[in-house]
Amino acid sequence: MNNNDRSTTAPRVHRSIRNHLQELNTIPEIPKEEYILKCTSACAGCSDSLALRYVLKAAGPDTVLVVPACCTSVIQGIYPNTAFNVPVYNIAFASAAACASGMSNAFRALGKKTNVIAYAGDGGTLDIGIQAMSGAFERGTDFLYICYDNEAYGNTGMQRSGGTPLGARTTTTPAGKTEGKKDIDAIIAAHDPPYQATACAAYPQDLFKKVTKALSFRGPTFIHILAPCPPGWRYSTEKSVEMGKLAVKSGMWVLYEREYGKLTIGAQSKAAMKKPLPLEEYLNPQGRFKGIDPKTVEVLKQRIAKNFAKLSAEEAAP
Amino acid sequence: MKKISTGNKAVAEAVKQVVPSVVAAYPITPQTEIVEQVAEFVSSGELKSRYIAVESEHSAMAACIGASITGVRTFTATSSHGLLYMHEMTNWAAGARLPIVMANVNRSLGPGWNIWAEHTDALQERDTGWLQVYVSTVQEAYDATIMAFRIAEHNDVLLPVMVNLDGFLLSHIMQPLDTVDVGDFVPSIHLPHAIDVKNPTGYGGLTGPDQQFRFRWDIERSIRDSVTVIAETEKEFAKRFGRKYGFTEDYQCADAEVIIMALGTLGKEAEVAVDLLRKEGIKAGSMRLRWLRPFPNLNLKGKQVVVIDRDYSFGRGGILATEIMAQTKEAVFSVIAGLGGQEVTYEDVAEFVRKRRMGEEFWFGVNSNV
Repeated sequence: MNNNDRSTTAPRVHRSIRNHLQELNTIPEIPKEEYILKCTSACAGCSDSLALRYVLKAAGPDTVLVVPACCTSVIQGIYPNTAFNVPVYNIAFASAAACASGMSNAFRALGKKTNVIAYAGDGGTLDIGIQAMSGAFERGTDFLYICYDNEAYGNTGMQRSGGTPLGARTTTTPAGKTEGKKDIDAIIAAHDPPYQATACAAYPQDLFKKVTKALSFRGPTFIHILAPCPPGWRYSTEKSVEMGKLAVKSGMWVLYEREYGKLTIGAQSKAAMKKPLPLEEYLNPQGRFKGIDPKTVEVLKQRIAKNFAKLSAEEAAP
Repeated sequence: MKKISTGNKAVAEAVKQVVPSVVAAYPITPQTEIVEQVAEFVSSGELKSRYIAVESEHSAMAACIGASITGVRTFTATSSHGLLYMHEMTNWAAGARLPIVMANVNRSLGPGWNIWAEHTDALQERDTGWLQVYVSTVQEAYDATIMAFRIAEHNDVLLPVMVNLDGFLLSHIMQPLDTVDVGDFVPSIHLPHAIDVKNPTGYGGLTGPDQQFRFRWDIERSIRDSVTVIAETEKEFAKRFGRKYGFTEDYQCADAEVIIMALGTLGKEAEVAVDLLRKEGIKAGSMRLRWLRPFPNLNLKGKQVVVIDRDYSFGRGGILATEIMAQTKEAVFSVIAGLGGQEVTYEDVAEFVRKRRMGEEFWFGVNSNV
């Protein structure tokens, strides 16, 4: 045995827990333990900290977070304090997955099963971190990579990223982004990981279940979380959960999971596919889409329909 | 055990002796043979390490960092552009106080594509907080690599160490190598700040203007402390294995009027030049600098110094010459020679000394009449 290889993608013993969850398919019992302590330095209404709260409840105390430059490096608080009750290893922007790769190998060399979770924003995943992430997935690294996606460089004041959707205004796309959102999930799928999922901070129980499931696999797993951002998307702070739900109901965000290549679309997204909420209901409350060209809205609608069709076909395929 | 080895394979043999838990590396000429040999040892079961074949040098160092903070021993090797590509992470490794050991095979920087020896790659890492040693023989490459682990992991140091060997001139030449059984010369690693899930800690988070300088000062304090650790380690190595090393390797310096200083193989070549010059009645000596960081106290009082730099800092001068001039009031003749593998013989070195013009800079092959 020399390294973390692809031959190890067989599920671990926790598989039984996963089956149990699948069978129940009901509200999971979420632990009362808190790993995000009070007094984080997050913005009001931050859904990154909401998502991370449930990620860590699912992962439990035998977990290390590897965090590149992103909002999460800020919301931990300032040295010598930390608001997180698991070890957090902060690392340079491009290298979350590479650092996690080394850490996972070292823990396994020590005979420890400690969960290694790379927790990165959309910039650190879709843009600057994509090479290291692709490498870690290709090598079959035993870790969970979570991208929490607020669709721009939030930490530096909302500049466009590869995750910014078409038409969204950011400080570097003041007239609205002219390109679409990079399909990182398709890129991850091309690495054929044992498990990948999308989630949204507005659906914490779904997120909790998916993190629990992801951590039951050996090998690289991926969860892409949509994380609505009040200052970045320019909506009022109490609406973060509502905004996440509108994203799913309108089809701008689709909840699904892919296990050994087999796609399952979430119930919320299936409902949205049958009868999507008018996209304007998602766009209009957000300042970033203010004054968006109706033609651009049409393009977004076409892309939603195309994405629905693609995913439905994949799910239906034998 | 006596054998014949290249410089690269000697480094790999040393790594095999100290058994790092994790090796993360990426190939680059002329270093590749080190990681190939390590991968071979791992594959054959001779070395119980986990080998991560990362997709870049930036990731090689990041993976070493992630592994090291769990408290295990780590190693990587690189060269030239690979070293520069990981520059962000070399700073991180030192700042995070991780005792990573890296072999760097010194090579020129592009453009153009030149794979031959030059020291500018490592010297551009001078200010990162890494300890740097430069070696001149295959045996020294082996010995220095073993000692690097003991020095890096010493709790008075806890800083990464870079072992530098000249591309091709040392990496690919064959010389005798006497391997040793390291035994407890390199004790098992104990990283005081290793990750402990039972005692959750944040590492490298937001640090304000009221704190950051303290961490910088801690690095400097440990680098100063490393002087003692290096000296003790080299003394213990000599006691156990019979080979002596120091911050410099001095040859005929005691009564010398002119001292030749250089890094790596050129520093060794200078010893032959000294013999030539002595036959002509010129009282020459050679002082090969082994440790660049920490920079040693040099006793150059009353000597003329000819510094040969296989490197350059544009707009300032030879980097080694600049470092030496900062430490001595004695006149220095700065020679820039050997860039990109330019051939420099001991005859050439002797000629630099014969025709030295103190206080001046001379580019070998560019300026005429030394």
